[in-house]
Amino acid sequence: MADTLRDDAFVEFERVQKSYDGEVLVVKDLNLTMPKGEFLTMLGPSGSGKTTCLMMLAGFETATHGDIRLDGVSINNIPPHKRGIGMVFQNYALFPHMTIAENLAFPLEVRKIGKSEREEKVRRALDMVEMGDFGGRRPAQLSGGQQQRVALARALVFEPELVLMDEPLGALDKQLREKMQFEITDLAHNLGITTVYVTHDQTEALTMSDRVAVFDDGRIQQLAPPDQLYEQPQNSFVAQFIGENNTLEGVVSEISDTACVVRLDSGEEIDAIPVNVSKVGERTKVSIRPERVEMDASRLQPGAHTLKAEVLEFIYMGDIFRTRLRVAGQNEFIIKTRNAPDQVRLQPGQQIEIGWLAEDCRALDA
Amino acid sequence: MSDTTGPDQITGATPDNALRNADRAEVQDGPMLAADGRPLKESLGRALRRQKMRALLLVAPLLLFVLLTFVVPIVSMLFRSVENQIVSDTLPGTVQAMADWDASTGDVPPEPVFQNLFFDLFDAAEAKEHTKLGTRLNYENTGLASLFRTSGRSMDDIGEIFQDAIEEVDPRFEEGAFWFAMMNGEGNSAVLADQRRRWEALTGDDMDGDIGFAPSQAIVDLLPQTARAYTRFAIWTAIEDEDVVAEEDPWEAFYAALALDLRDPATVSAIADYQGEGADALRALAAADLPDVSFKDAFAELDEDWLSPSVWETLSVYSASFTPGYFLNSVDRELTSDGVSLRPENERIYIKLFGRTLWMSMIITFSCILLGYPVAWLLANLPARTANVLMILVLLPFWTSLLVRTSAWKVLLQQQGVINELLVWLGFIDNANRLVLMNNSTGTIIAMTHILLPFMILPLYSVMKTVNPSYLRAAKSLGATNWTAFWRVYFPQSVPGIGAGSILVFILAIGYYITPEIVGGTDGVFISNRIAYHISRSLNWGLAAALGTILLVVVLILYWCYDQIVGIDNVKLG
Repeated sequence: MADTLRDDAFVEFERVQKSYDGEVLVVKDLNLTMPKGEFLTMLGPSGSGKTTCLMMLAGFETATHGDIRLDGVSINNIPPHKRGIGMVFQNYALFPHMTIAENLAFPLEVRKIGKSEREEKVRRALDMVEMGDFGGRRPAQLSGGQQQRVALARALVFEPELVLMDEPLGALDKQLREKMQFEITDLAHNLGITTVYVTHDQTEALTMSDRVAVFDDGRIQQLAPPDQLYEQPQNSFVAQFIGENNTLEGVVSEISDTACVVRLDSGEEIDAIPVNVSKVGERTKVSIRPERVEMDASRLQPGAHTLKAEVLEFIYMGDIFRTRLRVAGQNEFIIKTRNAPDQVRLQPGQQIEIGWLAEDCRALDA
Repeated sequence: MSDTTGPDQITGATPDNALRNADRAEVQDGPMLAADGRPLKESLGRALRRQKMRALLLVAPLLLFVLLTFVVPIVSMLFRSVENQIVSDTLPGTVQAMADWDASTGDVPPEPVFQNLFFDLFDAAEAKEHTKLGTRLNYENTGLASLFRTSGRSMDDIGEIFQDAIEEVDPRFEEGAFWFAMMNGEGNSAVLADQRRRWEALTGDDMDGDIGFAPSQAIVDLLPQTARAYTRFAIWTAIEDEDVVAEEDPWEAFYAALALDLRDPATVSAIADYQGEGADALRALAAADLPDVSFKDAFAELDEDWLSPSVWETLSVYSASFTPGYFLNSVDRELTSDGVSLRPENERIYIKLFGRTLWMSMIITFSCILLGYPVAWLLANLPARTANVLMILVLLPFWTSLLVRTSAWKVLLQQQGVINELLVWLGFIDNANRLVLMNNSTGTIIAMTHILLPFMILPLYSVMKTVNPSYLRAAKSLGATNWTAFWRVYFPQSVPGIGAGSILVFILAIGYYITPEIVGGTDGVFISNRIAYHISRSLNWGLAAALGTILLVVVLILYWCYDQIVGIDNVKLG
């Protein structure tokens, strides 16, 4: 997934590897380029190497091999305090023995900025996160959301060009998290700062980012804008990891540049577009999003393959209906339909016919 | 940023909401009421009472144990530092007679005081209590121990002067039965009870019980001193010796009492009208010429120290039931008839000792911080496996006897010891100028720093363990150098550990005893060594108690200061 080097590169990872014990590579050959002002999210299950990448960028871990560049300058040997990168930690890491204002003034003080200018900047930063009245309090006197805002303000107060965030919303409840997601992206875009955001929450990644890098097994599996990531996953890991996904397994039986036919293990044939397959006879996992499955044969292209399905379970979820089907011998095939006035509510036991547009069905690696 | 944001307005338990609720509650008039209309506080108290009772029952055995084995002995020990009833208990008549006498005249008290001293000392010698008083007063005035010991033995001699003269007038006075017949009669219970109390105060024993004697009212009126002296004899004979009063030989003391009674002209004239038992013998005595011996002279003959004003000054100053004497002694002062004054220069040791104890404890505490901080930091930041090994090394000294550790230091520190040998061998010091590392304060500081080091490391470690390493990372990411990050962010958060460790080490050090005793020599001993000396060698428990009390108060004051400066809430043991 090498991202080709671009002229406007601000952050660059080039062939970066990292091992802690000299036996296992936690990060295997990482190549990544970010332009200025981009909001990039590193998404992946725990242990996938995303936090290690962030720590290498911040300077708390050294790369075992490869080059990390910031604005064209290699920062491999620059200590963290000279990198000028703002960072927001998972547990906020607000200094408990200082007031909020002192916390914010800290990065300015160590940069030897004069008192009046310091106070002005602290005030502006606090106002920016709407915490102007809380300067005199201690971190322990604030709620989690307020601490989060202060941590954000502190990472921004010395006007870094790059801000790193390590699962900053992990400790907040769902409601507050959604609100903060919005605020953070808003702030990042308004200030034009480059942001690297680490999370294991795919909704967070999809809603906030310009681009998402999906990590697994020490590699970037796919680096793409959220819509591409969801609609055009490049491999079966990404398809499984992002959103809900139906997988059918089979063998390619016909293939052209833009379309292929897959013979499922149960013997039926379906249409798909080839993504990770190149020749007839190759095993493949076919991925179809639940909401792209059609029950109405009239909406399908003429001559498209269809499958027989038996309704196993109908779940009413308010805005949508979630129906579990038995398709091609497997019981976990899910379809989602919108709760529209004319929508059919399927009954368990009902026999139906399903199909999909060929471009919604992607033949990926097995 | 959207309009809906701002300080969180989320429902549920947040610090903000708790504050808001508290504000709201204060605005309301009157106390909060529970659902049944009772004040909420009362309802809550009722609900919690059961829990509290259960908790109390759970700790009751320990509480009782601590109370009986810790609090009570300490309080009674502290009480000894002011207690001084021994003088008024042993010499009740003397103390009473001295009340009107002014000791500051630099004179010797008048005859009646000596007369009382005779009877008091006579009884004390019978009960063998006079040496205790001598020992006690010897703390204040050296020489009084032997004065009381020798004089107590000689009280009989003074009594015999009168005994011989009286028996010459009428030989019947030799017989115990005659005396008994004369003294016994319709009971004067007041005199009997008084004399019982007097013995009880002197001996500390219970003197109640039937003695088969009561002083007759006529004799009490006629011969008050004799009646009292005889009653005391009767009580002692019956209860302590468990003999029959009438069969015992009379004590020399009541010949003296009889002679004194007869010196009063009113008594002599009253005897003429006396019709009771032995009336004829008494009349003969009244007519006879009994020796007009002065008790003052008699005491002076026994030991001329009895005419020394300093003896009487001491007696007078320490005749009160409670004394500040021990405390004054503890701060190198003494009580004289002119008030409080400094002791002679060569007797001042305690202020110096207290000062040294505090100063050296402070040095030891500081050394412990200096040596313990890096170790605790290492412990808190190493991987668990390595940290555990290191922790065992820290705890190892705890599993070795204190005595063994201190003795080991002796081996290391002495002039022919390991350290000196090594330095000489390496050529750092000359063989002739070996370092004096022991039997002085250096030895005490080195050994005690080592012994108390775990008490500094453990609280430091447990506090450092709670400091999240992300604080340091955050500081560095904000632009702080390693040193700034440590000093501005890490160190302030470890201060509670320093506080806890310092309190532990300092308070342990201030009362340390074994180590200074073994490696301290004379320059390196602490106040506790002096306390131990007074408890086990000089047996001056009052002074030991006063020194201990002062030590305790000093620690409490320092603790209070510490609380004011650092704040005890900032002390964390983990």
